[in-house]
Amino acid sequence: MTQPLLSLRNIQKTYNGIDVLRGFYLEIQQGEFLTLLGPSGCGKTTVLRLIGGFEGSDGGEIVMDGVRINDLPPHERTVNTVFQSYALFPHMDVFENVAFGLRMKKLGEAQIQSAVAEALEMVQLGAHERKRPSQLSGGQQQRVAIARAVVNKPRILLLDESLSALDYKLRKQMQIELKTLQRRLGITFLFVTHDQEEALSMSDRIVVMHEGRIEQVGTPKEIYEEPKTLFVANFIGEANTFTCNLIEQRQGEVLLGYEGRTFCVKTTKTPSARLTLLIRPEDLRVERRLEDVKSPNYFEAVLEQVIYKGTTIDLLLRLDNAREIMASEFYNEDSDALLYQEGERLYLYWVDGWEVLLDEAE
Amino acid sequence: MKLSRFARFSIALLFVWIVLFAFLPQIMVLIASVLSKGATDFILFEPTVQNYARLFDPIYLQIFVDSLVLASVTTLLCLIIAFPFAATLARAPKAWRPLLLILVIIPFWTSSLVRTYALIALLKTKGLINAALLFLGIIDAPLELMYTQVAVFIGMVYTLLPFMILPLYAALEKIDVRLIEAASDLGAGFWSRLMRITIPLSLSGIIAGSMLVFLPALGMFYIPDLLGGAKNLIIGSFIRNQFLTFRDWPFGAAASMLLSLMMLLMVALYAYAQRRERA
Ligand SMILES: Nc1ncnc2c1ncn2[C@@H]1O[C@H](COP(=O)(O)OP(=O)(O)O)[C@@H](O)[C@H]1O
Ligand SMILES: [Mg+2]
Repeated sequence: MTQPLLSLRNIQKTYNGIDVLRGFYLEIQQGEFLTLLGPSGCGKTTVLRLIGGFEGSDGGEIVMDGVRINDLPPHERTVNTVFQSYALFPHMDVFENVAFGLRMKKLGEAQIQSAVAEALEMVQLGAHERKRPSQLSGGQQQRVAIARAVVNKPRILLLDESLSALDYKLRKQMQIELKTLQRRLGITFLFVTHDQEEALSMSDRIVVMHEGRIEQVGTPKEIYEEPKTLFVANFIGEANTFTCNLIEQRQGEVLLGYEGRTFCVKTTKTPSARLTLLIRPEDLRVERRLEDVKSPNYFEAVLEQVIYKGTTIDLLLRLDNAREIMASEFYNEDSDALLYQEGERLYLYWVDGWEVLLDEAE
Repeated sequence: MKLSRFARFSIALLFVWIVLFAFLPQIMVLIASVLSKGATDFILFEPTVQNYARLFDPIYLQIFVDSLVLASVTTLLCLIIAFPFAATLARAPKAWRPLLLILVIIPFWTSSLVRTYALIALLKTKGLINAALLFLGIIDAPLELMYTQVAVFIGMVYTLLPFMILPLYAALEKIDVRLIEAASDLGAGFWSRLMRITIPLSLSGIIAGSMLVFLPALGMFYIPDLLGGAKNLIIGSFIRNQFLTFRDWPFGAAASMLLSLMMLLMVALYAYAQRRERA
């Protein structure tokens, strides 16, 4: 692989004696859309602030293009930030806000005029260049903040929960616009969010963080379909998890015990004695009759609730051991799902290979 | 908006106070300034604009110019000294700030006249400052500090500095640090951040502090008198002399009105700047 644009190596960060980042390693490749995803307080903003230069690390190295930049002040770094709170300058109009970085670079007036005009055109705010930030809506302020950063052509654009404050529709629209923008400009984006759906739909790669550590790095597909840890499985999307005992390991498959049932699952790994079987709700098939079940691995459960969600229907069921289990089906006119009666006994199975085995127990 | 009985009482009290002790005396001064001086009475009821015309005599104009220069330089010195002071205060840990503010305010608790006499003890030829400098071997003959322009500025700045620090602190404390970070992120170094973000955003504090220093500086006659040896007259001492020494009340009143007018102009300027900032 080529040399990464930016690497964080063994970063340590402590606030008031509490470790916020522990042995943090991260590599960012030129031109990618990388997302830091994790619950609030897991250290995402801290990572951005370290890269931006607003915080110093208590250990480790930040290397950009092969050069250590730990001690470079923010104004000498070739990254720009779109702040969580926008942080637009209230005493300058939109034009001057966007022009700020270019003025700092001492570009000529004509060059500034055209670059700012282009940036404002890109975020469709050309008509508002003489307005103050306070006269703009939240979404417009958001765009000014993006234009103000992008106009400097940073090596990396850092975006901290940039869309979280917007309402649902605008957020969806901005997600698409940001992604389009990133492709067009070819700028590397490091995006921070706690919204897994946002992360899945926008990123080339996702870094899932938990309590100052990286849980998993991978493409959205890998993260969703092959979670490496229970935390990732539960944080990204819905997941049914079952703690099983390893009964027997055979050639290319294992026999698992769960509450008196046995499941036979294909795997080449050697799992531990207690492990978790993970099945996504949409991977479960529901049948009324046992004859229709096309796998030896199945559950029997009582239907408790049918939740209609428009494009999908969620079935909430309960196993005999009182464990809840969820199955989702795509809705179509002649789907059986709507005909099931609450209180009815149903059979649930999954297609071989769609399950995930995790070497940890809840 | 419905005001509580206490609020209405307070506002009424304040109103009566201002009318009784500020507005009415000002009106009396205004009236006195357009009357004549009598041989035996302080004031004769003969309307005239002569008092104002006399103010434009070059001798008196010089006094005004000197006062303005003294007040301006004092204001500038206070601003330069107070700004880093207030900025440090505004960025100090939250828990320390009340204590630091109290340290700024404590000198108010003694009369500034008394503190000016205390300054003499520091500045005089055998005073503490010379003693200390001699002891440290920085100088080998005592400095002549007393009765110089330097002593006057030391006295003025020392007395008026808190009036600059407090409004500056109030304005600087309100600036969101993230704006400073954003400027830094966009490539602004220390001076650019100061000139383009911090100063524009604390302009109301700068103007308020400057007024709180400039206006009293025009009238604070006892400091130039005591520390500068009364070599230069300033408006304050000029007005006092007209009333107490020369017994020319109408002329003193006219000079006083001119001073009030200048102050009014500055307050209007401040209000205008505030309105623009909010718009
Ligand atoms: N300036 C600070 N002082 C003390 N603790 C902080 C500071 N900034 C962040 N923290 C703590 O560090 C942890 C990580 O914070 P942050 O990086 O903001 O998380 P995230 O952005 O993922 O929500 C949190 O527990 C937070 O309370
Ligand atoms: Mg955050």
